[in-house]
Amino acid sequence: MAELKFRNELIGNKAAGISSECGCSISSVGEEEKPQWITGTVSAGKGLAYRVSTDLTNTDLWEHIRCRISAFRESYTVKPGLYAVGGPDKNSEVLVSANYKLSFDHLRKELKAMNAWILVLDTKGINVWCAAGKGTFGTDELVKRIALARLHEVVDHRNIIVPQLGAPGVSAHKVRRAAGFKVLYGPVYAKDIPAYVAAGRMATPEMRAVSFTTVDRLVLTPMEISPAMKKYYPWYAVAILIFFGLQPTGIMFKGAVMGGLPFLGLGLISVFAGGFLTPLLLPWVPSRSFAVKGWLVGLISVMLTCNILRLFEPANYMLLCFVYLFFPTASSYIALQFTGSTTFTGMSGVKKELKISFPVYILSTAASLILLVFYKTGHWGTP
Amino acid sequence: MKYLRDVATIKLAEEKCTGCGTCLEVCPHNVFMIENRRASIVDRDRCMECGACMTNCPSEALFVDKGVGCAAALINSMITGGEPTCGCGGNGAKDNCC
Repeated sequence: MAELKFRNELIGNKAAGISSECGCSISSVGEEEKPQWITGTVSAGKGLAYRVSTDLTNTDLWEHIRCRISAFRESYTVKPGLYAVGGPDKNSEVLVSANYKLSFDHLRKELKAMNAWILVLDTKGINVWCAAGKGTFGTDELVKRIALARLHEVVDHRNIIVPQLGAPGVSAHKVRRAAGFKVLYGPVYAKDIPAYVAAGRMATPEMRAVSFTTVDRLVLTPMEISPAMKKYYPWYAVAILIFFGLQPTGIMFKGAVMGGLPFLGLGLISVFAGGFLTPLLLPWVPSRSFAVKGWLVGLISVMLTCNILRLFEPANYMLLCFVYLFFPTASSYIALQFTGSTTFTGMSGVKKELKISFPVYILSTAASLILLVFYKTGHWGTP
Repeated sequence: MKYLRDVATIKLAEEKCTGCGTCLEVCPHNVFMIENRRASIVDRDRCMECGACMTNCPSEALFVDKGVGCAAALINSMITGGEPTCGCGGNGAKDNCC
């Protein structure tokens, strides 16, 4: 088969306006070299679809790591449309996916030795579950992609397998009415697809449940720590250095470093406690509230740090009060952000947490700042 | 793991339920069971308000005030006064959620 350039003319990608609207990174204009994971083409109804590899390369895996640690994931997309694995025909299954390449890769790598179609929806580069929550992985987009891919010409049956986590956005009965295809909800995890299909498209209760293992939580922690370190920590560090450097005679470098160092360290400890330890130890930390969990882990971390490093000895009660007011609160706030990454927190619960914890955050921050000011003025009084 | 007690807004109008079982199929947290040919809620504290059941219930027997359980999204919406959606991807992409 003649070498095809990766351009906008394959099936499902053809309609006007798609390329401009999807914001895909791989190909927005005309010709580009095909990405490595496209291994050829197969005929799909009256058109062609790209065949994709079911093996991930080192490049793919490196890109997946970058997705977990940086903003790289925000432009990690696949062009929406119809793809194939193996050599699918008119009786092969149709699996629906999102155009976040990490999601797409998780799917294709599980389809070894299968012949199937993959219909990629334009979810603006967001994973299936989150996009379903927003509605971009949704009824309208699915109906539109079925039509653009001319799916009724590609397959003889009228079933499409949608990942179960797409269900918040997809209304199965509405898709059937609008597109004539019956939505079958597949398993939560792509790894269960071969077993699901082999069992006659039957999912066991285990395949239908979402888990949140220690490893699942671990891979999410870099994106908890990184925003906290970028958004808050630099401001905090500057404020601390100025505060401790400030003398009646001007800003003293020695005072800034010597006085500020324990506080810079404890700041890091509270980011670590709220952004890493709390998510990691989530099931074992008491309380269902993330704010309380984060506060507890922060408190214990600060306590251990102070005792092991013998900070603030001989005891300065004003500073100790500040330390125990401020840092567990910071840890609590950072831990609360992890609600956005879990698989089980709902909006009403987070609203309730915010309603209770925000006034507490504001009060304890205000009180701790007042303590610092008292400490400073008291310090200046006795040279 | 379960989240806060008695906060989920899920409501099931049992008289509308036809017992088709779609909610059991789409629910990621085993909130439902079928009892006497009708769905019932086993444990509402497991519900994360994703809205999958409501969106897929053919007889409109389910209601959930669906939304993102994400503090960053809710704080953003308090500040901007907009709808709470996670800022991830799409419009100006913020780091925190999903």
